[in-house]
Amino acid sequence: MTTDPRDLVKKKPGLALWLPLALFGAFFVLVIWGLVRPADREVASAFIGKPLPEFNLPPATEARPGLATATFRAGKPRLLNVFASWCVPCAVESPQLAALAAQGIEIDGVAIRDRKEDLDRFLATNGNPFKRIGKDDLSQVQLAIGSSGVPETFVVDGKGVIRYQHIGDIRPEDVPLILGKLAEAAQ
Amino acid sequence: MIRLLFALLALTLTVPATAQDMLPPAPYAYRQLPDSAQEAKAQALMETLRCLKCQSQSIADSDAPMAGDMRHQVRTRIAAGEEPEHIRQWLIERYGDYVSYTPQVKPITWPLFAAPLVFLALAALLLRGRFRRRAETPVEGSGE
Repeated sequence: MTTDPRDLVKKKPGLALWLPLALFGAFFVLVIWGLVRPADREVASAFIGKPLPEFNLPPATEARPGLATATFRAGKPRLLNVFASWCVPCAVESPQLAALAAQGIEIDGVAIRDRKEDLDRFLATNGNPFKRIGKDDLSQVQLAIGSSGVPETFVVDGKGVIRYQHIGDIRPEDVPLILGKLAEAAQ
Repeated sequence: MIRLLFALLALTLTVPATAQDMLPPAPYAYRQLPDSAQEAKAQALMETLRCLKCQSQSIADSDAPMAGDMRHQVRTRIAAGEEPEHIRQWLIERYGDYVSYTPQVKPITWPLFAAPLVFLALAALLLRGRFRRRAETPVEGSGE
């Protein structure tokens, strides 16, 4: 025996009467929550814990050699910095990269859609913490490792497995975290 | 002549306001594939892939350089004979389901596909009750 909605109304007019308002209230709360909650527009790489894909990038500048996957299998954790000379936060993070390099961390760069002359100027202005810089004019390596912008920094362990992704510029307060992740990757 | 020179100078000396690269777009960012069947496949796929820079646009819609590079990658792979769904999976492996506008059938998405069926069944059940009642009392509301 199915119940007719009209019977419900007859029996409990109070409850049914409040239902639309309650639904509206729930919807209202949902919308406000969506508005107030800070937007998270970062797309994290799903490639963490996976080995770096095979690539072999030509050098982006004469000052440094190009970059290939084999470099990351040398047994020591390294940082892979995805950057570009045209990216403003990339210049902002350069003191932090310099500090990491000064502590003996090996950093390799992937220059996204960059011109040699722009890159040389960028390195002359902001310093060059990189051991190698690969030229990625079609964002191929960037896409292959699930990076969605510049700058991004990946901690890669000595076997070439991506262990951690830092999205955005490395701020001074992020340096201990990066060092911690490198130490973790070394174990 | 002088004016033209100045105009040209003004054009070439302007500094771009936003951080944007100076490289020309990737070869297949704005060029269609010569084979129209392949281009149609690529276009259909590109319309269902999210631009990661401008997240409410598809890569087919976006002029962001990264979207151009993604279009280049999609077109060259399709030209090489790769299946569109294989390319989609390749991207999902790297960026998660978020990169695809087409929902994938997974444990977490089954309600998406089940909900229409559930609602249809519910509607059928409700209507069945109504029709039956009508058949029993031919004159609507005569008892009130």
